[in-house]
Amino acid sequence: MLCRVKPGRAVKGSDRVKKYLGFIKPYILYFILGPLLMLTEVAGEIVLPRLMGEMVDNGIGTGGAQGLGAGYIAGHALMMFGFIIIMITGGIGGHYFSIKAAVNFSSDLRKAVFDKVQTFSFKNIDDFSTGSLVTRLTNDITQIMNITRMALIMAVRAPGMLIGGVIMACSINPRLAMILLVMIPLLGIAIFGLLRTSLPRFTLMQEKLDGLNARTQENITNVRVIKSFVRDKLEIKRFNEASCELRDATFSAMKIVVCTMPVMTLAMNIATLVTLWRGGNIVIAGDMGVGSLSAIIQYITQILGSLMMVSMMIISSSRAVASLKRISEVLDTEVDLTDENAKYKDRHVTEGRIEFRNVYFKYYENRDDYVLSDISFTAEPGQVIGIVGVTGSGKSSLVQLIPRLYDVLKGEVLVDGINVKDYGIKNLREGVSMVLQKNVLFSGTIEENLRWGDENASMEEIRSAAEAAQADGFVSSFINGYEMELGQGGVNVSGGQKQRLCIARALLKKPRILILDDSTSAVDTATEARIRSAFRTALKDTTKIIIAQRISSVIDADKILVMNDGRIVGEGTHSELIKSNKEYQEIYYSQADKEKEVS
Amino acid sequence: MPPMNPGQGGMNRGGRFAEKVKPKDMKRAIKRLLSYVGEDKAKVFLAIACVLISAGANLAGTYMLRPIINNLGEDGDAAQKIRGLLIGLLVMALIYATGVAATFIQSRTMIRVSQNTLKRIRDDLFAKLQRLTVRYYDTNSAGDIMSRFTNDVDNIGQMFDSTVLQMFSGSLTLIGSLTLMFITNVPLALVTLVLTPLMAKVGATIAQHTRKYFRLQQENLGAVNGYIEETITGQKVVKVFNHEEKVSSEFGVLNKNLRDVQARANFLGGIMGPCMNAMSQVSYTITAFIGAMLVFFTRLGTIGVAGFAALDVGGLTVFVNYSKQFSRPINEIANQVNVIMSALAGAERVFSVMDEEPEDINDTNKVRLENIKGDVVLDNVTFGYVSGKTILKNISIHAKPGQKIALVGSTGAGKTTITNLLTRFYDVGEGKITIDGIDIRDIERSSLRENIAMVLQDTHLFTGTVMENIRYGRLDADDNEVRSAAITSSAHMFIKNMPDGYDTMLTGDGANLSQGQRQLLNIARAALSKAPILILDEATSSVDTRTEQHINRGMDALMENRTTFVIAHRLSTIRNADAIMVLENGEIIERGTHEELLAMKGRYFELYTGIKELD
Repeated sequence: MLCRVKPGRAVKGSDRVKKYLGFIKPYILYFILGPLLMLTEVAGEIVLPRLMGEMVDNGIGTGGAQGLGAGYIAGHALMMFGFIIIMITGGIGGHYFSIKAAVNFSSDLRKAVFDKVQTFSFKNIDDFSTGSLVTRLTNDITQIMNITRMALIMAVRAPGMLIGGVIMACSINPRLAMILLVMIPLLGIAIFGLLRTSLPRFTLMQEKLDGLNARTQENITNVRVIKSFVRDKLEIKRFNEASCELRDATFSAMKIVVCTMPVMTLAMNIATLVTLWRGGNIVIAGDMGVGSLSAIIQYITQILGSLMMVSMMIISSSRAVASLKRISEVLDTEVDLTDENAKYKDRHVTEGRIEFRNVYFKYYENRDDYVLSDISFTAEPGQVIGIVGVTGSGKSSLVQLIPRLYDVLKGEVLVDGINVKDYGIKNLREGVSMVLQKNVLFSGTIEENLRWGDENASMEEIRSAAEAAQADGFVSSFINGYEMELGQGGVNVSGGQKQRLCIARALLKKPRILILDDSTSAVDTATEARIRSAFRTALKDTTKIIIAQRISSVIDADKILVMNDGRIVGEGTHSELIKSNKEYQEIYYSQADKEKEVS
Repeated sequence: MPPMNPGQGGMNRGGRFAEKVKPKDMKRAIKRLLSYVGEDKAKVFLAIACVLISAGANLAGTYMLRPIINNLGEDGDAAQKIRGLLIGLLVMALIYATGVAATFIQSRTMIRVSQNTLKRIRDDLFAKLQRLTVRYYDTNSAGDIMSRFTNDVDNIGQMFDSTVLQMFSGSLTLIGSLTLMFITNVPLALVTLVLTPLMAKVGATIAQHTRKYFRLQQENLGAVNGYIEETITGQKVVKVFNHEEKVSSEFGVLNKNLRDVQARANFLGGIMGPCMNAMSQVSYTITAFIGAMLVFFTRLGTIGVAGFAALDVGGLTVFVNYSKQFSRPINEIANQVNVIMSALAGAERVFSVMDEEPEDINDTNKVRLENIKGDVVLDNVTFGYVSGKTILKNISIHAKPGQKIALVGSTGAGKTTITNLLTRFYDVGEGKITIDGIDIRDIERSSLRENIAMVLQDTHLFTGTVMENIRYGRLDADDNEVRSAAITSSAHMFIKNMPDGYDTMLTGDGANLSQGQRQLLNIARAALSKAPILILDEATSSVDTRTEQHINRGMDALMENRTTFVIAHRLSTIRNADAIMVLENGEIIERGTHEELLAMKGRYFELYTGIKELD
C-alpha cells in the first residue's frame, strides 16, 4: 500500500472528447441555443450606442446645424426600445438554455461517475483513495457545472462584444478605431502575463491551504493524544508557522490579481484620452459629429469590458480543466475485474465447497514479493475453517479471493467446483457473505442496516439473525430498539456492538459461505463463544471461514490453516496442530501458557 | 438504507454542507471582527481614503466629458477649441491617473489587511481548539468543527477582501452620481429617481424567489454530497453485499431532485443579470430620449437658456453615462449584503467556539508535580457523562508506586471512563482521585498529563515521518532513543522494512499501516515518555498474539517502576497484574490477583474460562 499506483490510464485526446460529446449529445439543442440566444444581448449592446449617437448627431444636430427634430428622436427611441425587448427575451432564453444544458450535463456526469465507482473493483478503490473519490464527485462536479454554465453564457457573448464593438467603431470612423487595434493586443499580452504569473502562485496557495486544513483535521481527531502528551504549545507553534506561510502565499498570489483591475482601467483611460484627442480634432475639422465620438468611447468601454470577461473565463477554465481531468481519471479507469467472460453467469452457489489450487497473489503486479504463494486447501460444505497467523501473513488477502474481491495471479479458486471467475459476480457474492475487517454501518435505522443482508426479510428473520450474532439483547435495550437511528458510520454504538451488527447483517444473507475477517476483536470472549455456538446450530450447512487472533475462536474448527509470510505452514485440527506444528504451538502458548501454569 | 426523503435524510447525512444562517447579533459580531483588524487599523483608514479618492476620480472623470464635448459641439475658433480640448484632456488624464493609483493602493492594502486578519482569526481559533475540553470534542462532530475552520473563515475572508469596500465605494458612487445628475439637469435626474426604485423592486422580487430556491438547492446538494461521502466510504461493504444497483438507483433519485432544483435556482439567479441589464438599458433609452428632446428644444430656444430644464450636448453625454452606471452600485450593494450576512453568520459560529469554556480556566496557582512516586488513589469515585446517568459507582482503587492494575469487564462497563478521569479529560462527580496524596483537581492540568503516558484504544498518527511520530512522546529524545523505544515496542522490525525506514512519511492518519502496526507505533511513543504513570487502553488489541508476546518482554521493561493501568479484552495480557478489577455496570464486582479471582469462581472465572470453554 505504500506506493500508490497512479490511477487512470492515458487515453487518447480524441477518445476523451468523444466521451464528453456523449454527455452533451442528449442536450445538444440546449448547448447550441444557449450561446446563440445570447447573441441578441450582444446585438443590443452594440446597436444601442450607435442609435444613441445618431439620435444626437442627426436629431439634435451638431456644430450649429439644425437637427431633424423631435420626430426623428422619438423614432430612434422606439427603435431602441425594440432592441431592448429583443435583448431581454434573448437574454432570458439564453440563460434558460445554458443553465438547462449545464445542470443536465453535470448531473448526468455525476451519475455516471457514481455508477462507474459502483463497478470499481477493490483494487480500483484502493488506487484512488475514498477521500479523493468523494472530492471528485462533489467539488469537481460542482466546479464543472458552474464553469459550463458560465462558459455557455460567455462563449459567444464576450467575443461577440469584442468583434461587434470593433466593427461598429470602425464603421463609424476607421481612423479613430485604429487605437483599438493597438490597445487590444497590448492589453491581451498584459493580462496573459498577469495570469501566467498568478496561476502557479494560486496552486501554491491551494497547497498551503490544504496542508493547513489537514493539520487541523488531525488535531481534532488526535485531541486526546495531544492533550495526554501536553503538546498543545508545540501544535500551536507549528500551526502558526503554517498559517504564516499560507498568508504569505495568498498575498503573493492576490497581489498579482489585484493588478488586473487597475491595469484594465488604465488601458481604458488611455484609450479614452487618445480617442478624445484625435476624435476631438476630427470633430473640430468638421468631419464627424460629437454623438459619434461619444458612441466610440462607449464601444471602447464595452470592448475592454469583454476582454475582462475573457480573462476571467481563462482563469476559471484552467480550474475546470483540472476538474475535468480528475473526473476523466475516474471514468477512464479500466475496471480490472468483471464477469464479462464468465462461463456460467447464471449459476448460483448451492453447496459451499471451496477449493484453492496453487494460488499466487499480489496487490501490485510490479512488486517482487507475493502476498500469497502456492496456497492450496479444500473446505467442504458446512465445515468450519479457522485461519490464524501473525499480522501481515496474508489471512485477509486469502479470504478476499473467495467472493472475488481481487483476482488471483496464478492458480485458481473454485467454489462448488467452478472457478470463481466463471460465476456472475452478483451470484457469487450472493452466495458468499463476508464481514470485513474494516466494516461500516450506514446512517439509517438499525433495521434498515440489517436489511442490507436481505431486503425482504421479515421482522422475525431480522430478530433471529441478530440473536445469533448476540446483538438482539443490546438492540432491544435501546429506547427505539430496531428503529434506532444510527449516525453516519454507526458512531453511536460501541465497537463491539458495531461488529455484532455487522455479523447479523451478514447472516441475514443466508449465505452458503460465511467469512468472518477478525470480526469479533472488540467482542468479549464470553459473547464471542455464544456467537460461535449459535453458528453451530443456526448455520449448520453453511461453510464458515473464521480469521481470528485468538486461538479460542478457532479451536473447534474442522480445519485450521496456519499462515506465515503468505504461505500455509500448517493445516489440520487443533489437536493435530498442537502436536506437530511449531508456528501453531507458538501462537497457542503465547495465549495460553501462563494459564496452564496456574491451572 | 437511509431514508429516501431528501429533506430529512439530507440534513442527516450532509451536516457539513448545511446552509448558511443569518447572524443573530450583527453589531456584536462586527465589533468583534473589527477587533481582529487590530494593528492594521491604520491600513484600513488608508484604504478608505483611497476608496474616497477613486470613487471621486471616477465621478469627476466622467463629468469632465461635459466641458470637452461642449467645447467641441459649440461654434468657435478651431485653434481655441483645440487648446480647450488639450487642457480638458490633461485635467482628465490627471484625474484618471489619481483614480487608478488610488484603486491599486486600496486593493493591495486591503489584501494585506484581510490576510493578516484571517491569520489572526485562524491562529486564535486553533489555539482555542487546543484548550477546549474533551467533552466538547465528544459532543460536537469533527466535521462541524472543521467546517467552522474552513467555510466560515473563508466567508469572513471574502467579506474582507472586497465586499466592505465595494459597498462603501458603491454607496459613494451612488450618492455622487445622483448629486452630479441633479447639477446637470433636474428633470432628467427626477426621471432617473423614479426609475431607480422600479429597478430595485424588480431586482428584489427576483432575489427573493432566488433565495428560496437556493436554499432548496443547498438542502438537496447536502443530501447528495452526504450520500456520496457515506457510500463511497463504505464502498467495499456495498460491493460485498451486491448493493451497487440499489445504491445507484437511490443516488439517481437524489441526483434528479438536485438537478431539478438546481436548474430552477440557477435560472432565477441567472436571469437577474439580463433583467437588470435590460432595465438599465430602458433607463438609458428613456434618459437619452428625454435628454435629446431637451437639448433639441434648448437649442430651438423653446426652453430658456437659464431654465432649469436646459441641457447641452455635453451634459447629455455625461448624464447618459451616469444613468448607465447608476444601476451598477445598486446591484452590487444588493449582492454584497448576502455575502456580508453569511460572513457575519460564519463569524458568529467561529466566535461561539472561541467563547466555549476552556478546560484550563481555573488552572492558575495550582500545584506542579515534581518527581512524584506514582501513588494513585481513586477514592469512592462516582461519575456520569450526563447528569442522571451514572457510569461509575463508588469506585475505589489504590495503586501503589510501580504496581500494575488491570481493569477487566465487558464493553460499556466503564473501563475507559476511569482513564478519562485519571487524565482529567473529565472531572469526577463525587469522590476524588489523588496522586501522591494530592487531589488531581489541585494539580495543574498540563503537569498532571506530563506525568501520565497513555496508549489509547483509537490509534491516531500525525502527518510526518515515523521518527517524528514516535518522538511525539518526548520531544528532546535523540534518534537512538527513538530507535530503542521502537525496539521495545517491536515496531522496529516493520519500520526497518518501510521504504525510507524511520524517515518514511506517514500521511492520512497512517493510512498505509495496518491497525496492529499503528498500535505498535503508539506503544513506542509511550515508551519514549518518561512519565511515572502509564495507561494502556486496549493497547495491543489488534496486534497478533505472537508479536504481543515479543512486546511483552519490552512491556515489562516499560512498566518497570511505573504505576500502570491496563485495560484489555485479552485476559492473557493482564495475568501478571498486581491487582485485577472486574468491572460491571460501573461497579467493581471482584478484585484480587489472577489466582485469587480464579479461585473465587466468580465473574472473572466465567470470563476467563470462556476462552477454555471448548477445550
